[in-house]
Amino acid sequence: MSYVVKVQTSASRMAAIGTAILIPVAFILPLFASRSLLQDLFFIFTMLTLAQWWNLLAGYGGLVSVGQQAFVGMGAYAMFGTVILLGWDPVPSILAGGIVALLLALPTAFFAFRLQGAYFAIGTWVIAEITRLTVAQWKQLGGGTGTSLPRSATRDIMFVDGIKALFDTKTSVARDILAYWLALILVILTIAAIYWLLRTRRGLALAAVRDNLQAARSVGVDPDKIKWLTFLAAAFGTGLTGALIYMQKARISPDAAFSVVDWTAYVIFIVVIGGIGTIEGPILGVIVFLLLQSLLASYGTWYLISLGLIGIIVMLFAPRGLWGLLSDRTGIELFPVQRRLVMNKKLSKEK
Amino acid sequence: MIFLDSLIQGILLGGLYALFAAGLSLVFGIMRLVNLAHGDLIVFGAYLILLLVSLLNLNVFAAALVAAPFMFALGWMLQKFVLNRVLGDDILPPLLVTFGLSIVIQNVLLETWSADSKRLSAGTLETASLAIGPINVGIMPLLIFVSAIVVILVLNQIIYRTSLGRAFRATSDDPVTASLMGVKPKNIFSVATGLAMIVVIIAALYLGVRSNFDPSIGPARLIYAFEAVIIGGLGSLWGTLLGGIIIGVAQTIGATINPEWQILSGHIAFLLVLLVRPRGLLPRAFD
Repeated sequence: MSYVVKVQTSASRMAAIGTAILIPVAFILPLFASRSLLQDLFFIFTMLTLAQWWNLLAGYGGLVSVGQQAFVGMGAYAMFGTVILLGWDPVPSILAGGIVALLLALPTAFFAFRLQGAYFAIGTWVIAEITRLTVAQWKQLGGGTGTSLPRSATRDIMFVDGIKALFDTKTSVARDILAYWLALILVILTIAAIYWLLRTRRGLALAAVRDNLQAARSVGVDPDKIKWLTFLAAAFGTGLTGALIYMQKARISPDAAFSVVDWTAYVIFIVVIGGIGTIEGPILGVIVFLLLQSLLASYGTWYLISLGLIGIIVMLFAPRGLWGLLSDRTGIELFPVQRRLVMNKKLSKEK
Repeated sequence: MIFLDSLIQGILLGGLYALFAAGLSLVFGIMRLVNLAHGDLIVFGAYLILLLVSLLNLNVFAAALVAAPFMFALGWMLQKFVLNRVLGDDILPPLLVTFGLSIVIQNVLLETWSADSKRLSAGTLETASLAIGPINVGIMPLLIFVSAIVVILVLNQIIYRTSLGRAFRATSDDPVTASLMGVKPKNIFSVATGLAMIVVIIAALYLGVRSNFDPSIGPARLIYAFEAVIIGGLGSLWGTLLGGIIIGVAQTIGATINPEWQILSGHIAFLLVLLVRPRGLLPRAFD
């Protein structure tokens, strides 16, 4: 009997074709779209990126971090630091933001991994608080009240002149287009990287560690190594996103950049409501999140109350989220990671 | 002298942090549940006392006494109808549910009471002080510290001397075997969370009397409570008191050096202990 191992499904083939069409459309969108639509999409893409990284940590790695705001804030502050203190252009500074967040993740992981299970969650939160309090002491970047990107830096950001000439538009619009493109590239790279990771042996090892530590060890997986790698990768991605978000905002303060509600609570709700442990879940979640926001955003507190309640209800009654419900009923998987055995039909006929 | 003064203030402050932590520690010890809404429940308790004070014209201590059975019932129901459903091998669902709860409580409080800070008034007791040698010690901080010791003594009596406590310990060690002996783990969990809520209302009373509070301060209380538990070592309530004292002393001494370092010094003390003794100073449980 011969067989092949397949991951692809017919739905995933359709999804791949759909994505191949959608991506070029998304890139040329600034030609037709209004500025406010681009700003909304920027918000969606950055939240989705944060959600995908958190989902990798919690949903695939079992590392429930409530301290990802540490990396958003650190990435953003590192970006501001390199622009203001070293005079870099904001675009390469985003990369510096990711790298500094990665460096922060080293001591964070060292301390937080000493805490078992659920206490890991609060441990990451403590470290985010420590980072916020420390950054608030950084007087050159405005201390506790924060600071803005200097005009000299925002006036001639890399590529902005080119975009201005290309679209024949104002500097402020060109800046939004640049931010939109960067966010689009970031979200595509993030999803591609995570999907690739999950389909490699390392992804299997990650799921094995989450599901049964002892069993994973017994087949030769090094759980510490895999947890470290995941945590560092997520910190890097989260730091890049933080830096990009604050390049667009151009104004920073410790309380905003290290906000647990903005950068962790929203992200957790997006993942939980959409469906934790799937790549499709956060995509669906960010759409629901945006719909709720446009309905309820003017009632700030009610918006958060309903998000919290929906999150609790989903966890109680549909722990795999909206995507889980949908996929259970229809069997559709757009980004399958399961390996299935498929018997070779030709050979079985001959038999 | 300033140093000695802040040392004593810090030790007394540690009593308050131990009160924050005792409920968290109790619940974790019995069911391995980390309640991320613990700090917000303390703040909720403080508002409940405030409400009872104005509605029934009581003093704060009587109001806390009235609130206690209500908090027990609240904790019991929270556990029975929500948390028991998500407890299991997977740590993710209870964490996410309590995180959602934390956000909901904060915003419901914000909606009903606004962001203005409030305070509970204990009358003349607040300003009274006792001269011990050259140091003046406030009666209120002293009362808080003594209350923390009493709460821990009572909890330890319950855990080690009563049949309920035996059921607590049995369920904590092995829920399956405990249920063979006629203990219903889920009922035990509900009673434990109810009991933790009574500790929460005591913590809430002193939180409100000692300082201003507003709906947003819950997470920071959770973090202090958590640090006290980890410094002390899991499963030891006296260890938790010690942990609270270490954070309290670190904060007050940090504040005398530079007021901006107050909170940060407490966190640094926590990291140092985690670095040197990852299992805490007085560990009892092994998990």
